Amino acid sequence: MTNWTADQPIVRLRDVHKSFGQVEVIRGISMDVMRGEVICIIGPSGSGKSTLIRCINALNDIQAGSIQVEGQEVHGPKLDKLALRRKVGMVFQQYNLFPHKTALQNVMMAPIKVLKEKPAEVEARARALLKKVRLEGKENQYPGELSGGQQQRVAIARSLAMQPDVMLFDEVTAALDPETVKEVLVTIKDLAAEGMTCILVTHEMGFAREVADHIYFTDRGIIVEHGPPAEFFTQARDPRTRAFLDQVL
Amino acid sequence: MLAEIQDFFRELAATSPHWNFIWIYDPVQMNRVLTGLWMTVKLSLFCLVFSVIIGIVGAWAQESRSRFLRGIVQVYVQFFRNTPPLIQLLFFYFALGQFTPSYSPDGWLEVPIISNVGWAIIALSFFAGAFNIEIFRAGVEAVPTSTREAAESLGMTRLQTYTNVVLPLTLRISLPALSANLVNLVKTTNQAFAIAVPELLYQSVSIWNDFPSAQKPTMLLMMICYLGLVGLLSAGMGQWERKLRIPGYGT
Repeated sequence: MTNWTADQPIVRLRDVHKSFGQVEVIRGISMDVMRGEVICIIGPSGSGKSTLIRCINALNDIQAGSIQVEGQEVHGPKLDKLALRRKVGMVFQQYNLFPHKTALQNVMMAPIKVLKEKPAEVEARARALLKKVRLEGKENQYPGELSGGQQQRVAIARSLAMQPDVMLFDEVTAALDPETVKEVLVTIKDLAAEGMTCILVTHEMGFAREVADHIYFTDRGIIVEHGPPAEFFTQARDPRTRAFLDQVL
Repeated sequence: MLAEIQDFFRELAATSPHWNFIWIYDPVQMNRVLTGLWMTVKLSLFCLVFSVIIGIVGAWAQESRSRFLRGIVQVYVQFFRNTPPLIQLLFFYFALGQFTPSYSPDGWLEVPIISNVGWAIIALSFFAGAFNIEIFRAGVEAVPTSTREAAESLGMTRLQTYTNVVLPLTLRISLPALSANLVNLVKTTNQAFAIAVPELLYQSVSIWNDFPSAQKPTMLLMMICYLGLVGLLSAGMGQWERKLRIPGYGT
């Protein structure tokens, strides 16, 4: 499927299976994500949510099925990892900033080293991105000097600096204090409003309900139920979904 | 001024026969000390640089996907870590030295391509390098996988991740252990004495063989020289550690 066009799903999963040794954590998941959509994946711990989005940018491999990003097969022998990762940005639960670089240098590193862009141009873009995530004035601070919420916003800016088409968020607020959760969620909401395609794994139900176009509920490696938030939160049919929602809402 | 000091020690040597600081007033002996010291400094510097390079490259190779490469590094580390440096020096010079080609500058003399100084640098670099590999490996392993994944997810290759992220962090983690090993290396350079490398110990022994009355002062001098050299190195490494310190990172 090399002749991909923008009206086709930007991310397309078909019957994906993934095991760690004997343990099968993903047991046949299919999903279509259209350009500009915001997708939230929710579900109990250990249901394979994080593994699933890690498979989308090839941090994990899969045993069976197919994952395509803009028509490019992610788990084939012909995968061009650099091309994939230019399209797909990722933000992690633990921020994973480079601790020996300032906020600005963190954002600038990949465009300069990977895309070989001119440092002056990258710097202008990086400063604009840090401003966009509301971190003006923190450019020269090291990650160790920033709060969790600030670090996570640097991580978002760092990922955006590669100008990706899709952003993956892996429980990005799970390690944060309740007060700083909001500042990160606002940043993600801004992004979604600008039309960025986002796939989030989250435990923030209120947030999911507010920003998601579509919600997927996973349990034990399969998608139990999915739908637009208005329907999903009020008319869940499956007893597992209802049990989960009863616990978290 | 210098002349007066020299006169003082000349007189001291005449009155107390065990305290002949001959290299203060005899220019020939002074020259021996200085060339010996310079050779020790050169040996140390070359071995420092090469052993650190071996350490970095070796630690990288230990992470390689090639089992063969990892195996080679492992054998190398075990061999050099578990044998005494003095025996390594003798082995390199007398055993391996037999097989390296030689050339003849004048048609009579046979000069080996690698001199005894060359062999000392090679043997000691490999010796300290083996320890450096283990030191850097520990540092590499202390860099969280998640930090590498972040670099990877930004499209960096393995080499880019290693040079831009893993290595700078490894260096900071490894610096204290590296300092200790490099200090040991400087102190081990005098074992090159065994293959007649004219370093400080070699020159000192030559002096007291020629002038037994100068033995005690020369030993004293050696101690002071090593104290100074190692002190300089430690101070330099400490400075480097402070310079690399990241605000808010680690302790």
